[in-house]
Amino acid sequence: KKTTDLLNTDIRDLFKKEGRLVDDEMLDSLYSILVKTDMGVGPAGRIRDRVKTDFRGRVVHLTDVIASVKSELRELVAQPLQPITYAAEGPTVVLVVGVNGSGKTTSIAKLTSYFRQQGKSVVLGAGDTFRAAACEQLTIWAERLGANIVKGEAGGDPAAVAHRAVATAIAEKADVCIIDTAGRLQTQTNLMQQLEKIHRVIGKQIPEAPHEVILVLDATAGQNAISQAQGFSTAAHCTGIVLAKLDGSAKGGVVIPIREKFSIPVKFVGLGEKATDLAIFDSDQFVDALFEMDGK
Amino acid sequence: MFESLQNGLKSALKTLQGKARLTESNMREGLKLVEQSLLEADVGLDVVRDFMGRVTEKAVGEKVLLALDPTQQVVGIVRDELITLLGGPAEPTIKLKAGLNIFMLCGLQGSGKTTTCGKLSTLLMKSKQSVMLCAADLQRPAAIEQLHIIGKQLGVPVFSKPGEQDPVKVCQEAVEEAKKKDVTVLILDTAGRLAIDEELMAQLKRIDNRVEPDQVFLVVDGMTGQDAVRSAGAFNDALELDGLIMTKLDGDTRGGALLSVRQVTGVPIKFIGTGEHLDALEPFRPEGMAGRILGLGDVLGLVDVV
Ligand SMILES: Nc1nc2c(ncn2[C@@H]2O[C@H](COP(=O)(O)OP(=O)(O)OP(=O)(O)O)[C@@H](O)[C@H]2O)c(=O)[nH]1
Ligand SMILES: Nc1nc2c(ncn2[C@@H]2O[C@H](COP(=O)(O)OP(=O)(O)OP(=O)(O)O)[C@@H](O)[C@H]2O)c(=O)[nH]1
Ligand SMILES: [Mg+2]
Ligand SMILES: [Mg+2]
Repeated sequence: KKTTDLLNTDIRDLFKKEGRLVDDEMLDSLYSILVKTDMGVGPAGRIRDRVKTDFRGRVVHLTDVIASVKSELRELVAQPLQPITYAAEGPTVVLVVGVNGSGKTTSIAKLTSYFRQQGKSVVLGAGDTFRAAACEQLTIWAERLGANIVKGEAGGDPAAVAHRAVATAIAEKADVCIIDTAGRLQTQTNLMQQLEKIHRVIGKQIPEAPHEVILVLDATAGQNAISQAQGFSTAAHCTGIVLAKLDGSAKGGVVIPIREKFSIPVKFVGLGEKATDLAIFDSDQFVDALFEMDGK
Repeated sequence: MFESLQNGLKSALKTLQGKARLTESNMREGLKLVEQSLLEADVGLDVVRDFMGRVTEKAVGEKVLLALDPTQQVVGIVRDELITLLGGPAEPTIKLKAGLNIFMLCGLQGSGKTTTCGKLSTLLMKSKQSVMLCAADLQRPAAIEQLHIIGKQLGVPVFSKPGEQDPVKVCQEAVEEAKKKDVTVLILDTAGRLAIDEELMAQLKRIDNRVEPDQVFLVVDGMTGQDAVRSAGAFNDALELDGLIMTKLDGDTRGGALLSVRQVTGVPIKFIGTGEHLDALEPFRPEGMAGRILGLGDVLGLVDVV
């Protein structure tokens, strides 16, 4: 017997009815939808309570209620139009950080493709000297996308690789320099200090650099992503988020509490494993997707 | 976090003092806090609701124990139920048959499959098995290279077939090679895939049908949220899993998705990954995991008397 069928309660019925009383059952259905996006019990509970205050005892369509919730969420996650802040002169340096396996290296490939399409030249820094074949992985992408790559030795100092990558980008008058880093958990103090060092080393070469520090979050991540945003912001001063793996069925709703708490904007979403599977974050689409029902 | 749930429970369950028995109403506030805590740990919502139903059923009618703080009593009931659902006291790890055993690891992208292939090798080599790895991920750039490096670090042979497009063929040839070399455990490292990707799920089913692995493990990222219910269900529907492995539990994630995955698949939890190094694999212990998911830390040590 597969329990999946039992667990996915179908709430579409609630939308079909000809308007209904806002009662506990309806509020609970709304809460369920929200919690299942991974936005967390805090935001979900607050939204439910507000709907309760606004509509209690009235007969409404759940669709209308959701429309009002959506417009508020859209405002919360709305982004400025410019996804990347470029350097006034010299190379724009982008540092990419995140936990293990979240999608950093692939997102770098996607960003490279994005910059290349705009005719910009790119230097990559293979700053993950730890994971098996991390450098080989980035090298394959560099070759495919026509980017220059600066490598270090396996087990070498990642800050030294970052330094050389930035130096190369300056010398070659490249438009963009993107530094990959090894995956790490935000609780690993030594590795977080290593990120601070990489950040400092880059800043010594170009005072405003890194111009962007991108935190790559896995869209399937749950509440731990909040701790990730906290830890990586403190160590590396993140300027934006790439929400990878949003092509799955996960909603990535955890960016909502992250936006509330740390106001780090979501700049791009990852929508597949290819270099072109990147889209500029569209808050309207994102919020709409949060409310798409199960099984679609 | 530990503190706040404990204090919350203390005040929510104050009304229990002096009562003869646990009832739905005198536990309501307390159980609501437990429910919230499970959701914050990323246990799937429907799984949480189901779980709270069972706990309430178990608890209602029980005598309020004078010897215990009511918080400890209720937490004890919750914890015991959680341990039961996670699979009771430690499962025997891996059973091997005589001759060649084939293991297959599958899961979402980046969950930790390739690293876990290395970790399982370490473990099996300790019990004197002859292990071989098979690079069946033909998708991710440098996936084959990654497995080769891991194999070299451990001194384990790695079978790969550069240029081959079909992972089924790679696996079949690896089986032949393993038989020739008297390998006792062949581990297939498959490409990460989304559970909703029909083409890639069909490919995984083909490997499963043609190669007939003895054990199929689902590798789940310890930081997974609510979607675990859906993706694990889909992998189990496609493959009939034999075991679960949760990775990346060396951080501060509470890993509640493990309860969802266990509930949805009904498959035993075998190991947990606790680091990037190839020896960072531990047998699963339900007691420790229950405390972690509940967010109650050490208080659990005190409630064993219940
Ligand atoms: N479906 C899907 N898969 C993705 C996406 N982004 C990355 N991946 C896959 O996720 C896996 C991990 O991606 P990587 O880019 O290697 O992740 P990473 O963060 O660099 O990993 P580490 O360096 O090991 O920490 C790979 O199999 C990628 O192909 C995405 O947007 N969608
Ligand atoms: N901290 C920690 N990191 C882990 C653990 N297991 C794996 N990793 C890391 O997670 C990242 C992804 O691991 P992989 O083994 O490449 O994952 P995968 O499932 O094979 O990825 P794809 O083949 O791209 O789908 C790597 O950086 C690993 O070092 C673990 O238990 N703890
Ligand atoms: Mg990487
Ligand atoms: Mg792999």
